[in-house]
Amino acid sequence: MAEPAIKNSEQIDKIVDEGIDTGIARLTPEKIEQVINKVLKTETGARLKTYVETCVHCGLCSEACHYYLSHDNDPKFSPAGKVKQTIWEILKKKGKVDPEFIRRISRIASTECNLCRRCAMYCPFGIDVAYLITIVRRICHMLGVTPLYQQDTAHSHSANLNQMWVKEDEYIDTLQWQEEEAQDEIPYLRIPVEKEGAEIFYSVIAPELKFRAQLIYQAAVILNVAGVDFTMPATPGWDNSDLCMFTGDNEMMGRLKKAHFETAMRLKVKRIVMGECGHAFRSVYDVGNRWLAWKMPPIPVIHAVEFYYELIKEGKIKIAKKYEGAVTFQDPCNISRGRGLHEMARYVVNATCEEFIEMHPNREHNYCCCAGGGVINAGPPYKMKRIKGNRIKAEQLFAAKARGAKVVIAPCHNCHGGIEDIIHHYGLDMELYFLGDIIYKIMEKPV
Amino acid sequence: MHNISSWAWEIGKKLIADTGKWKDMFENIEEPYVSPDGEKIAAVVKTGEMEFSVCENDAPWERRFDKVWYLKFGPDNRLTALVSDTGAWTVAVDGDVWENTFDFVWNTKFGTDGKNITVAAQKEMEYFAVTNDIPWETGFSSLSNLTISRDGKRVAGVVPTVDVSEGEIFKFQEGCYSAVVDGKPWDTNFVNVWDMAFSHDSEHVAAEVRTSLYDYTIAVDGVPWDKIYTSVWMPQFSPANGSVTAPVRIAGKWTLARDGNPFWNRSFAQLWHHMYSPDGKKIAAIVAPKFGRWTVAVDGKPWSLTFGDLVTEAVFSPDGNRVACIGKEDGKWTIAVDGKAWGGVYDMVWQPVFSPDSRSVAAKAEKNGRYTIVIDGKPFKDSYKALGDPVFSPDSEKILIKGIEGDADGGKYYRQVLPITDITG
Repeated sequence: MAEPAIKNSEQIDKIVDEGIDTGIARLTPEKIEQVINKVLKTETGARLKTYVETCVHCGLCSEACHYYLSHDNDPKFSPAGKVKQTIWEILKKKGKVDPEFIRRISRIASTECNLCRRCAMYCPFGIDVAYLITIVRRICHMLGVTPLYQQDTAHSHSANLNQMWVKEDEYIDTLQWQEEEAQDEIPYLRIPVEKEGAEIFYSVIAPELKFRAQLIYQAAVILNVAGVDFTMPATPGWDNSDLCMFTGDNEMMGRLKKAHFETAMRLKVKRIVMGECGHAFRSVYDVGNRWLAWKMPPIPVIHAVEFYYELIKEGKIKIAKKYEGAVTFQDPCNISRGRGLHEMARYVVNATCEEFIEMHPNREHNYCCCAGGGVINAGPPYKMKRIKGNRIKAEQLFAAKARGAKVVIAPCHNCHGGIEDIIHHYGLDMELYFLGDIIYKIMEKPV
Repeated sequence: MHNISSWAWEIGKKLIADTGKWKDMFENIEEPYVSPDGEKIAAVVKTGEMEFSVCENDAPWERRFDKVWYLKFGPDNRLTALVSDTGAWTVAVDGDVWENTFDFVWNTKFGTDGKNITVAAQKEMEYFAVTNDIPWETGFSSLSNLTISRDGKRVAGVVPTVDVSEGEIFKFQEGCYSAVVDGKPWDTNFVNVWDMAFSHDSEHVAAEVRTSLYDYTIAVDGVPWDKIYTSVWMPQFSPANGSVTAPVRIAGKWTLARDGNPFWNRSFAQLWHHMYSPDGKKIAAIVAPKFGRWTVAVDGKPWSLTFGDLVTEAVFSPDGNRVACIGKEDGKWTIAVDGKAWGGVYDMVWQPVFSPDSRSVAAKAEKNGRYTIVIDGKPFKDSYKALGDPVFSPDSEKILIKGIEGDADGGKYYRQVLPITDITG
């Protein structure tokens, strides 16, 4: 797709987005005030009050933010700066703001914050700015002002219970197609569909059906060679992703998670193993399940990184020959900072690759890819904004490359999308893989 | 279960199939399925290069296919499979295929007596339902939420009724979907339509709908309730009077509404999967009285027993006086009946089954990779490699066990009937 030639923030502000522009045109100050105050009164409480009243405006969060660092320390991109421009202003004016204000806060909330929570680690009080920005997104959702591509994804979720308008037969057909393809390599291989009582429900996200079907192929090879008793459903509920969580459509988020977990219950599996997706993990492990009143996932959810760790540690997958290229590793926010899987990831990388070169910072301190939090789903209009908003990631990758890294491993779909664009735009000339790509390449397979 | 009084209920154990030998007969064998009456066991088998069939009681079907999946026994013990012959998909019933073929078929469903078999189908990018080999006359650009009436004679689903392309978000929000019943869409369009239910006389359909991005309600035969909610779950018709009830979300809490009016006088952190007793006089639902704790509420009153992980698959007794469900706490599964949990915990349990006299409850349970039947909390001494759901005899005195004995290398499938006292003591 063509890249809009955006050179500065003034031009960024002129991005045409029908979802926002048409939404704004329908607003009145009265509606805005009514919606804002309803959200604040009925959906927020002590947490918001505590965060707002605790912040001492120290600015220690600033250097945690990749947008701030990538925009030459422009304070309006700092976490506190984004809060100041949005929720503080809303509270100060008691919701009496105009449509143009809503336009600005929609863009800030949806395309200038990845909800990555890095800043929360650098705040002396642990204020979760992502939570505050999520409230802004919720307000924008309730006002009908959401970037078009994000909203379209949310509509797909609502109509199909998956994020890419995949129809019921297309999903099953793709599984059968990948099964047949993989049987050319391993004749006994199966992708068992609707196998009640299997140990594991292997769940994926819709992009794997639409344009990364090789990941299903590779997962099938890994699962079959490891002798894992798994199944995939033949019904909606197979997609673990959840962009409604990021548009502020909490009710749809809950509907999606209900379908996913009830699919697991129907299949009588003991665990859900999900592919390499970060935001989906957040939605099933933390946010969506809790909106439904489950304190924890009712069926345990294991991210692919943890699952690969198990398979290799228990010897179920054996390494024929380690991957020879020098690799670096992108810690996805939602499974490193959000779940603490970074050491397991390093175990897998070291077990499968000859040379591992850390990028810095790393682990829970790693910078976000700038695609997560639904930002990449804002679509092509914001592509360059997203890329320029993460120059720091390009510098981080370049530093790893200068120390020899030729390959970036990123076990997250959003990280892949974001880093692929960064590698291309900044001319980094690095290869990009999922962990599953590496494991599939180097594992022992039946002859 | 259909006509169980005609099944063999003599005490005894009968070898049905030596499934261990199947691996000598075929290149590959998929997981087995047993018929409701236990007289048949079947599996998809590979008979050659890109050639598949179904093995039923030690003998393969005569027909071969290039793909077979979704093996299912109907309530009348007929065996169905979705089959592809040189890329043309159809339904095979006891080895005979339907005359019509399609580009894809999926989601086989049965009426309670098994006579009516319905699948979703797609041909040349037109989507429709097919019942007993008769397709709807009208096709749509997609079809989801396939739902059948209790007798299986009527079929509903969700279809787009207005052409809307990806990216047309404001057109989408005007309402481009509706329910379709027997191929005819409702007159009203909605932003979304999801789960739906037929009335017990099969004459009416109620569905979850969204009338804007924010407004949820229940529509009955296309007419939405005049109340809106921030969310709703699947509605049900009362078998007693035809009224419609649904869980609805008001001010962040869930309660039960009837025909658009408050019904239960208390709310919950969650409330879903409500169901009527067979006589329609009582309603039970799975509820979370508070965040993170789950139980069953009967007529709005929750059990004092709660589970932290989940509660699922609740069921009324035939007389409507008892309720059983699956509960999970700290990763261990059990059965709860009338607010009391069985003592034993398992790695997995299946939906509990009441005896016809409502006195006993049985469930399939798994522990350490082996399966057994548990009645009223007491596990049967024998365990199995694989096991079907238990079935009580019509007089409630016996239990049918459908189990494969043996280990990973072999197995024999037996149909066994024994007095329940052999398990309960």
